[in-house]
Amino acid sequence: MNNLIAMPMMLPVLTAIILIFLRPYIKIQRTISLIVMIANIGISIYLLQLIQSNGILRLDFGGWEPPFGILFVADSFSVILVLTSSIVTAICLLYAFSSVEKSYEHMFFYSFINLLVAGVNGSFLTGDLFNLFVCFEIMLLASYILIAFGGKKGQLRESIKYVIINVISSWIFLVAIGYLYAVIGSLNLAHLSERIAEHGQTPIITVISIVFLTVFALKAGLFLYFWLPGSYSVPSTVVGALFGALLTKVGIYAMFRFFSLLFYHEPAITHTIIGVLAGLTLVGGSIGAVAYKDIRLVASYNVVIAVGFILVGLAVSTQSSLEGAVYYLVHDMIVKALLFLLVGTMIALTKETKLDQMSGLIRNYPLLGWMFFIVTLSLAGIPPLSGFIGKVLIGGGTLENGSYILLALAFISSIFVLYSLLRVFLSSFWGETIISKDEEIPMKKGLLIPCALLTIGSIALGLGAESLSVYIQDAAQVLVDPQLYIDAVLSSD
Amino acid sequence: MIKHRYRINNVILRTVAKLVSLIILTLAVYLFLAGHHSPGGGFVGGLVLASALVLLLIVFDIETVRKGIPVDFKKVAAFGALLSVGTGFGALIFGENFLSQAFDYFNLPFFGKTELTTVMIFEAGVALVVVGVVVTIILSISEDE
Repeated sequence: MNNLIAMPMMLPVLTAIILIFLRPYIKIQRTISLIVMIANIGISIYLLQLIQSNGILRLDFGGWEPPFGILFVADSFSVILVLTSSIVTAICLLYAFSSVEKSYEHMFFYSFINLLVAGVNGSFLTGDLFNLFVCFEIMLLASYILIAFGGKKGQLRESIKYVIINVISSWIFLVAIGYLYAVIGSLNLAHLSERIAEHGQTPIITVISIVFLTVFALKAGLFLYFWLPGSYSVPSTVVGALFGALLTKVGIYAMFRFFSLLFYHEPAITHTIIGVLAGLTLVGGSIGAVAYKDIRLVASYNVVIAVGFILVGLAVSTQSSLEGAVYYLVHDMIVKALLFLLVGTMIALTKETKLDQMSGLIRNYPLLGWMFFIVTLSLAGIPPLSGFIGKVLIGGGTLENGSYILLALAFISSIFVLYSLLRVFLSSFWGETIISKDEEIPMKKGLLIPCALLTIGSIALGLGAESLSVYIQDAAQVLVDPQLYIDAVLSSD
Repeated sequence: MIKHRYRINNVILRTVAKLVSLIILTLAVYLFLAGHHSPGGGFVGGLVLASALVLLLIVFDIETVRKGIPVDFKKVAAFGALLSVGTGFGALIFGENFLSQAFDYFNLPFFGKTELTTVMIFEAGVALVVVGVVVTIILSISEDE
């Protein structure tokens, strides 16, 4: 029993409610939200240390023991993701303070950010299938509102698509949960895993696993990413950054959890399908990333490529590829937030969205330009930046497994990432300076500092890979050996 | 003219509504208290309670109801959520698992031996959320006209 495990979800929920009463006091709202995110960072670091010394932790809500009650389970994998999401949100909040319009802040903007984070953290931590659905819904309901903040024409168009896609996929999710419960008779993840292992993964269970795969593929943008670039490019910069950094990652997390803990007995079917879908996602994302001139769309297609890349790690499922995937997830959350913030800043400064309508920005905003360059290198996987280790480990995993096609696709996609972003860099930052010194919109410190923090984060993650590897190996260990998770949950303490 | 006739036709409806809303409110309280051991509870109770308010809103106009019940229903919903989440956090003070509930039997004057539980506070929160949300939805739909 450790009540701290519930805090990364419950503190934001409590804050969101309290902020409703503090509607007129924007300053207090900002301060409280930021403090809560920083508290979450502290809590997750503490939990990580605790897991290192005590093993996987769990919290039975209301004292109802598993498999009957609902519980939160904290293993290294979930807590690493909670930590990263807290860091990213804290920095995005800093950016929001100087970029979000006053009218949004009066319409419960920070409440919904808190609820979004609550849903994301809850999904990472829960050890119960139905609870996972509920946390997904909390996250999605908050995102429906955040995506439409501002009420511009494009936003309403895209938000309707977004809502419909997610309502349908949530419905399939619910149906799949019903199927699984009908066949196995439990909703506790560890208990499910134990029973599937006992009875063997019969064809019906494999079919159900594919239904789950469809749901999470829709949510994460694995192959079924047709809705993603549109939806992620319309909201305001901060919301876009949070979406790009967090939302797809929850779907990816769920796939990792499901196909390493529950449905790992028939990799010839399930993992092959994941591999094929990941390959197709890499191809489609790469084409999209170089096809568009709207820099927000380029950034959104980069999200798609990353989804494909991380799932190559799951498709291969060796210790090193899983380590690489966890590493890359953390890297991608930080760097995608940074990419979206930089792109949003460029648009805010130039009032243009097409890359060929901006030019020579490096004269006006040198720091912004160099940060964009760093993010490009980091996403392409140039050492010593953070993308490198993840790519090497996933590459190593595919080699061990002999999946050369996936290996080729994964690394060719990196070249496309590099090309698509260098194209933005070359045409927007280099070239003739269009904006003269006196016409230039001054850069606010509040916009620059959060980007700088994330850039430092990316560099630190690359350089400090060695010190993080203990936690990441531990995270991958649980993914490779589900018995660790089962023992921690079903043992009575 | 039409408006005038409309008003005359309304008398029976208004009289009945006053009576019926009292019955609905009683049923709401009954359902609310029945919960926890038998069918009922905060959600259903709150929904029935909200339906009484909605009936009043339809029969009388919004202004009259606002004058009669001068509360911001968004705040009601938020307060309910705070109450429910608060019981979860309350368990922490006693060093129990998050969301732990407690109950005991008390001899109250008039009611006799009664079970009092902390779930009741949680359910009251749920009921308030339901009332607040339903009335807010109805009010914001009606404002469109």
